[in-house]
Amino acid sequence: MSYRQARYDEPLIFELKGENDFCLVSADEVKIPEGMERQGLCLPDIPEMDVVRHYVNLSQMNFGVDNGMYPLGSCTMKYNPKYADLLASLPTVASVHPCQDEDSLQGALRLMRELEKALCAISYMDAVTLQPAAGAQGEFTGMLIAKAYHLDKEVPRTEVIVPDSAHGTNPASAAMAGFTVIEIPSGPDGCVDLEALSAALSERTAAVMVTNPNTLGLFEKDITRLAEMVHAAGALLYYDGANLNAIMGMTAPGLMDFDIVHFNLHKTFATPHGGGGPGAGPVGVKEFLEPYLPVPRIVSEEGKYRLDYERTDSIGKIRSMFGNFAVLVRAYAYIVAQGSDGLKEVSQKAVLNSNYLKSKVVPAYEMPFAQLRKHEFVVSAKKLAKEKGIHATDVAKALLDRGFMSPTIYFPSLVEEALMIEPTESESKETLDRYAQALLDIANGDPAEVKASPKSTSISRVDEVYAAKELILSWRIYQRKAGLK
Amino acid sequence: MPLDRRMLDELGIGDVEELFSDIPGEVRIEGIPLLKGKGEMDVVRQVKRMLSDNLTAEDAPCFLGGGYYHHFIPAAVNTIISRSELLTSYTPYQAEISQGMLQSLFEYQSYIAELTAMDAVNSSNYDWSTALGEAATMCHRILPKKTFLVPEAMSWDKGSVLRNYVSGAEMNVVEYSYDPFTGELDLDSIREKMNDEVCGIYAEVPNLFGIIDSQAPQLKQEFPNVPLVIGVNPLSLSLVKPPGEYGADIVIGEGQPLGLPMNVGGPSLGIFACRMEHVRKMPGRLIGMTRDQDGRRAFCMTLQTREQHIRRSKATSNICTNEALLAVAVSAYLGMTGSQGLRSIARINMKRTAELMERVDALEGFDAPLFSGVHFNEFVVKTPIRPEKLNKLLLRHGIIGGLPLQRHVPRLTEHMLLTATEMTSDEDMDRLVNALREVAQ
Repeated sequence: MSYRQARYDEPLIFELKGENDFCLVSADEVKIPEGMERQGLCLPDIPEMDVVRHYVNLSQMNFGVDNGMYPLGSCTMKYNPKYADLLASLPTVASVHPCQDEDSLQGALRLMRELEKALCAISYMDAVTLQPAAGAQGEFTGMLIAKAYHLDKEVPRTEVIVPDSAHGTNPASAAMAGFTVIEIPSGPDGCVDLEALSAALSERTAAVMVTNPNTLGLFEKDITRLAEMVHAAGALLYYDGANLNAIMGMTAPGLMDFDIVHFNLHKTFATPHGGGGPGAGPVGVKEFLEPYLPVPRIVSEEGKYRLDYERTDSIGKIRSMFGNFAVLVRAYAYIVAQGSDGLKEVSQKAVLNSNYLKSKVVPAYEMPFAQLRKHEFVVSAKKLAKEKGIHATDVAKALLDRGFMSPTIYFPSLVEEALMIEPTESESKETLDRYAQALLDIANGDPAEVKASPKSTSISRVDEVYAAKELILSWRIYQRKAGLK
Repeated sequence: MPLDRRMLDELGIGDVEELFSDIPGEVRIEGIPLLKGKGEMDVVRQVKRMLSDNLTAEDAPCFLGGGYYHHFIPAAVNTIISRSELLTSYTPYQAEISQGMLQSLFEYQSYIAELTAMDAVNSSNYDWSTALGEAATMCHRILPKKTFLVPEAMSWDKGSVLRNYVSGAEMNVVEYSYDPFTGELDLDSIREKMNDEVCGIYAEVPNLFGIIDSQAPQLKQEFPNVPLVIGVNPLSLSLVKPPGEYGADIVIGEGQPLGLPMNVGGPSLGIFACRMEHVRKMPGRLIGMTRDQDGRRAFCMTLQTREQHIRRSKATSNICTNEALLAVAVSAYLGMTGSQGLRSIARINMKRTAELMERVDALEGFDAPLFSGVHFNEFVVKTPIRPEKLNKLLLRHGIIGGLPLQRHVPRLTEHMLLTATEMTSDEDMDRLVNALREVAQ
């Protein structure tokens, strides 16, 4: 398929001129404390239609799942069902204040309680908080819970162990919670090296963070032994739920003996990612950690829901109010729609799609580690780079020219020239075949042409060095640098 | 969505189960203990019905504020953020195919930079409370000391989130008090708490009591070497002096008043801005203007070496997913209001609030405002019965009352925060005043 993205010379909104036609106009004198009056405000005053055209033009220079296949590894960019958007924009969501009396919030409280229960059922965990606003915040919440738990046992533990294949948020979240991060190398099979783990575990270990299947798409086959080792050392086992889409209905982190789990609702449960967010990162725990969950907890008494703040062991709050409620609504609707049968099918299809696509692109692209993959797989462009000078980034840009989003590249870092591909369950065989063909065409293509891509996108390759050198981060700075102000 | 037999055949696999043979038997499950799936028609009906138990600010006059407000949102904001190309995209890692989102976020950064008079703005934190947490740890990176000063009059949520965010760096949060007459910050109290261990001072304008704090500009003059963090309601900045003009090092706030629905509290938008000299210590994603190979204007993510996917445990923050789409909504809203519209809305808010204050104060048993400072769009009222009980009684009259303050400032047991916005009609005020008169008797 040939692809051509819109290429407008769309000015900055600050460069547009016109007449303000906003519907509210007031020139009333108001009293501002002396010395606190604002002098001058330079936002562009333009008519609504021009604003709409501006953003519609900009949107045409962007690419989402609704445009085409988006197999960013570890991001689970599946189709976002539109009924979920409709429900999330109802006035009974949008126009409700979080501090309303409980009696007037019963619908919201019930939905959240039901979602907690559904997430428990999927993960085999005992209790869930919906408060964290994103996966990374879920990790941070989990780390604070681990810290509080160990403090209560009066054995201060200062270290968190993560494999080198972990998402960057894992070590960052553990460090933010005040832990020293110990990174252990993966074994020769791409899984956690149990010997390295054993050597790193000690009475200082507070938690071990594991992604299963891991970022290579490999199921940690020794998970039972791993969990035993972690628990024998008195540490907690943390599950990064970024890859939950691979295993729903087939296994569950609770059964694998994980103590703390986070979910990415914007991945597994189909809420749209909005160009970076919003998301939601609920956290599930086993019963013995339930007292530490953030407040308020939603409790039901005689068919009525209320908020419980009186929980002495709670870590307190992690985000204001209840979290990203409108995202929770979307995820809840998706879970109800899929049900037990649908969610299991989602994982089966995601894994089938991944293994099918993999079979089409190997051996043109090298495949480190074992063959059977879960929902994603990592191939390497190392041979291509050596023989033809085509690097992972060139493959990525050439895919854009063919109307596809690129895979995640250069991650995980233990694979050189990595291309991390997660097709998700949403894509058909026909689309997967086209994607595979695109990858093969690029591998067999003229290196000069591949390296000259992208040509069909709204701009050619972007100069990142210039951006970092000039640091033009706002219209203010731009005007100063351009001598306009 | 049945499995595609053709793919199984090509893989030479009889049953999809074979693809799960690497999961050890002892951790295999038969299924998920949930109901079977439903069609769209039934799902929509079921969830709609469940949500209908919520009372909305469209059906009942709402006088709640405290960080989230019932404001007018032009329909076109939703039109813009419903564009599939924006809504269903991921973080713009591939800049060449993501210029729409990148330019939109650059414009968001620019709008907030104009409003706050700061140079560097990230393309969002989760909300105000988490922005405060990140601001405190950033102060600690700027000035490696351990005490962070905050107002006693601050929402309990924010304080609790803040304490969690600073716990990793083992920082202390110390409260300073407010002037019991004006409701503004008490400079003497800050002088008292100030010592060599302080790495940052936080103040809000308007503050929890809705007061445009005229003392805030004194802070940098008096403590020039201590990083200053100012929290704002960005709507007020159309009329009120921006913190960048009185020495703020970091400006944070809640973007919800700028065209975002209340959403039962989320998603909303954490504003985070700082002075250019601190930009490398900043959390979150930054979009920079640059050029492409052919010299055309272009945008991309920049200074990524601060972020978790590069720097891992040494990153300035763990934030990855943020609130990008809400940042686009804020830009679209500001695009439509422009300077004139934003100032108009702020003026209407102040005027409606002054009217409400006067009418509530005229009621027997009610005392408003409690403080003499200048109010933006909310104020503290002393009530003759406990605010929680008062709210339940108001609810029977179909009114969503104010915010009880005791959780936030424990000594304010008989006080609530009442809010008016451009959405508060004369009729809404009549209904509230009549109901208050009735229930107070």
